[in-house]
Amino acid sequence: MPAVSKGDGMRGLAVFISDIRNCKSKEAEIKRINKELANIRSKFKGDKALDGYSKKKYVCKLLFIFLLGHDIDFGHMEAVNLLSSNKYTEKQIGYLFISVLVNSNSELIRLINNAIKNDLASRNPTFMCLALHCIANVGSREMGEAFAADIPRILVAGDSMDSVKQSAALCLLRLYKASPDLVPMGEWTARVVHLLNDQHMGVVTAAVSLITCLCKKNPDDFKTCISLAVSRLSRIVSSASTDLQDYTYYFVPAPWLSVKLLRLLQCYPPPEDAAVKGRLVECLETVLNKAQEPPKSKKVQHSNAKNAILFETISLIIHYDSEPNLLVRACNQLGQFLQHRETNLRYLALESMCTLASSEFSHEAVKTHIDTVINALKTERDVSVRQRAADLLYAMCDRSNAKQIVSEMLRYLETADYAIREEIVLKVAILAEKYAVDYSWYVDTILNLIRIAGDYVSEEVWYRVLQIVTNRDDVQGYAAKTVFEALQAPACHENMVKVGGYILGEFGNLIAGDPRSSPPVQFSLLHSKFHLCSVATRALLLSTYIKFINLFPETKATIQGVLRAGSQLRNADVELQQRAVEYLTLSSVASTDVLATVLEEMPPFPERESSILAKLKRKKGPGAASALDDGRRDPSSNDINGGVEPTPSTVSTPSPSADLLGLRAAPPPAAPPASAGAGNLLVDVFDGPAAQPSLGPTPEEAFLSELEPPAPESPMALLADPAPAADPGPEDIGPPIPEADELLNKFVCKNNGVLFENQLLQIGVKSEFRQNLGRMYLFYGNKTSVQFQNFSPTVVHPGDLQTHILSGLGQPPTKRVAAQVDGGAQVQQVLNIECLRDFLTPPLLSLPVTINKFFQPTEMAAQDFFQRWKQLSLPQQEAQKIFKANHPMDAEVTKAKLLGFGSALLDNVDPNPENFVGAGIIQTKALQVGCLLRLEPNAQAQMYRLTLRTSKEPVSRHLCELLAQQF
Amino acid sequence: MQFDDDEKQKLIEEVHAVVTVRDAKHTNFVEFRNFKIIYRRYAGLYFCICVDVNDNNLAYLEAIHNFVLNEYFHNVCELDLVFNFYKVYTVVDEMFLAGEIRETSQTKVLKQLLMLQSLE
Repeated sequence: MPAVSKGDGMRGLAVFISDIRNCKSKEAEIKRINKELANIRSKFKGDKALDGYSKKKYVCKLLFIFLLGHDIDFGHMEAVNLLSSNKYTEKQIGYLFISVLVNSNSELIRLINNAIKNDLASRNPTFMCLALHCIANVGSREMGEAFAADIPRILVAGDSMDSVKQSAALCLLRLYKASPDLVPMGEWTARVVHLLNDQHMGVVTAAVSLITCLCKKNPDDFKTCISLAVSRLSRIVSSASTDLQDYTYYFVPAPWLSVKLLRLLQCYPPPEDAAVKGRLVECLETVLNKAQEPPKSKKVQHSNAKNAILFETISLIIHYDSEPNLLVRACNQLGQFLQHRETNLRYLALESMCTLASSEFSHEAVKTHIDTVINALKTERDVSVRQRAADLLYAMCDRSNAKQIVSEMLRYLETADYAIREEIVLKVAILAEKYAVDYSWYVDTILNLIRIAGDYVSEEVWYRVLQIVTNRDDVQGYAAKTVFEALQAPACHENMVKVGGYILGEFGNLIAGDPRSSPPVQFSLLHSKFHLCSVATRALLLSTYIKFINLFPETKATIQGVLRAGSQLRNADVELQQRAVEYLTLSSVASTDVLATVLEEMPPFPERESSILAKLKRKKGPGAASALDDGRRDPSSNDINGGVEPTPSTVSTPSPSADLLGLRAAPPPAAPPASAGAGNLLVDVFDGPAAQPSLGPTPEEAFLSELEPPAPESPMALLADPAPAADPGPEDIGPPIPEADELLNKFVCKNNGVLFENQLLQIGVKSEFRQNLGRMYLFYGNKTSVQFQNFSPTVVHPGDLQTHILSGLGQPPTKRVAAQVDGGAQVQQVLNIECLRDFLTPPLLSLPVTINKFFQPTEMAAQDFFQRWKQLSLPQQEAQKIFKANHPMDAEVTKAKLLGFGSALLDNVDPNPENFVGAGIIQTKALQVGCLLRLEPNAQAQMYRLTLRTSKEPVSRHLCELLAQQF
Repeated sequence: MQFDDDEKQKLIEEVHAVVTVRDAKHTNFVEFRNFKIIYRRYAGLYFCICVDVNDNNLAYLEAIHNFVLNEYFHNVCELDLVFNFYKVYTVVDEMFLAGEIRETSQTKVLKQLLMLQSLE
């Protein structure tokens, strides 16, 4: 007899449910429900007090009605009443109703929280679990505020029942995920780690999830979990299939717990302790060995459970990426799965192999499976499997197999599902560019892309082919010939017309010698497409025509005729009309010399990260970036087409304003990898001026205008568009940009100085701070002889630091800072800064505003100091760092730095006169944070020990890190 | 993540749409928004779990079976689940909590459920 079907006497509910199920129509159902709602409402409003049973029954009916998809606007109070019942069945329905129909009605939240509080304190494990489950299911901030402090206590209390511990661990996890700030770290964290040793496997199962989540934010605090997890895992993996009894699932011991332990280990690098590491490697090998053993059961559940562990093991091996032997074994194992009859396994093997392809140890091993993967691309029925196959081909591609892979992908494109066509197009375009040895192959590939899937070829792709053709003169003739041939097709895609128009306008002369592609033939071929094209393409073609007048004077009369036609000169579209008028006039008034200068061939585009790659990354989301950076660790494949390949550093931070032809911005060739975070901002600062060489003063800008999409406003971009007259050569670009962090460090202990300088721009800083207020003067000096235009520095600051930007130079406040900066001139910007509460991240643009700027020095006697030092003795209030001296250890310099840091220096406090002791208060609008610090130099070892104690944990840690870098 | 009632309803419909069109030759996994759905079909009933993209597919696939397999549900049909819908929540809470696997032992879960059943 199945337990679940045993009714427990809510007969009225059963009757109601079968009534509903017997309804023949939606209308009948609604009628029945409305009748029931009226009935329940009258019962709830009636004079007669309802007993617990009736209340439970009616609340349960309301819940059922809600689950059918109808609104419920009453009954909440009755449900809350049930929470305080002493009967489990009534309490359960009450909690269920609350959990499913949460309502942020503040009145009720108070009552609900009160009931939960009582149940948590009841010492009745059943009630405690109900309450914990309710918190875990609702997980609202209000509940977090009310209970986040209690639950750790319940979790580690010696007398809590196992089931309560399980629920408490996961309940805490939920609250931590929803509002991490509410969960106080403390003494309990150490005890939570030891739950990994608990006898009850269910407790371990729940605890691992909690620890995995917590350790991601505080890896050091939970480091001890590594060895505990390894020994637990080792015991499971080496146990016989029956040892774990309850926890054995289809002859596999504790599969879920094993998976969770393996995931926990992926939060850390390989264990440092050799013994622990040895034991772990042994576990991993055991799992790989077991995969080769004959199955203990034919059931799919058995193999699924076993393979769940296997895949997680492989993930860990890939995560470590340090054991070549294991990586290759993993690859071989996955290779077997590629041909498995289970679709699930084929899918997962493809997915997992994709990450293996990026390891230098297993890249070659992955490549051996190329035929199987190509076959999967052709034959798999499930589109998601085909997509994984395409991903894997992309990841395993290198110079040796690029032609094969690109041609297979092109072939697949003809039949590919619409949903993934654009992605395949991007991938083909990237691979073709990256591994092109001769660029004629690249041009062919891209034109094929346009032919096969023109609609899916985004602007990025065809802009890119133009960039490359413009930059490589060895391919220009071939490109002109190829597009000319492609345009012969009676129906060709508009993107083909665009590419063809542009290339012929630039390089049509290279094929003009052949009578089959003489200038008049080229022109009439292009013009035959003109009328079928969109406005944007027609505008582009008009530019091609004027370029033709310069390239081929013999076409001048014909083209002038076209421009003069009423359909152009009086075109309803302003852009077309303007171009026609201007080009016509230009061609009639300008001398040949002027025409030749104005319509000169485009200068090479500056090399930069392929915008296609950026687009693919955007499509895939940030998490997938690593999977796309195939071969990154493979030195042999890395710099084949050096210039056009992204540097590894830019990969993790795709530029938000990726303008396509690189017209606006080009990183200086010598620029070192910008560090993540604040670093990218500095790159943006200098991108602007560096672009100067690519912008000529000629009307070619008109030609460019359709190629240049509006650059999205990037909040951190400091774009300084150069004036059109500017023309410093590309070699003029500034010296390497110092790391942003380095810049920041320079200012931790001082307030004035040069924030940034290269050959184009200098930014100087002067700042003063009092209590929680600060004022900063920024001086932007234009070092060139050319005017900066549209100069607009923007400060992006963390929410806790308010920056009011005062205008400089008497500009109206909205203008902030002068939009033009003359050559050699300097403009000033004033920032008023208010520290609202403690903060860790300095404002973007890397302003040197760090938390210590709001220090107020405090003098105190030794006795007071020690008393306060002791008061701040909780482990999380202290941050300590032991580090090597980077500068000569000079007591006077150290003193100056500590004073510059902002704290008072206290003499005669530390018994050792060599040591420094300081105290101060960080002033913020919201709160004051008392800080004590102690610096112990050890001249012999050339080391320092720095200890910070403050009343706020993050502040201690942050100050400690900031200051430690100064010595 | 918090959803209001309308969004929940929309989610149900979307999940239904992506899952039910798949056949036996397809995988038991579907990408869904920024997550993935792991599902398992038992006759006319689909059991679906939505997890993070880097979660272990097979572990959750078997977690579904471990849930359905439970002795508590032995030989139940869809109708039993409808009439006892409020108990299904209890079983879920025993085995999954806060989006994580809470308890995997069949014996332990059954024992706990029978104990709860005996309470008034």
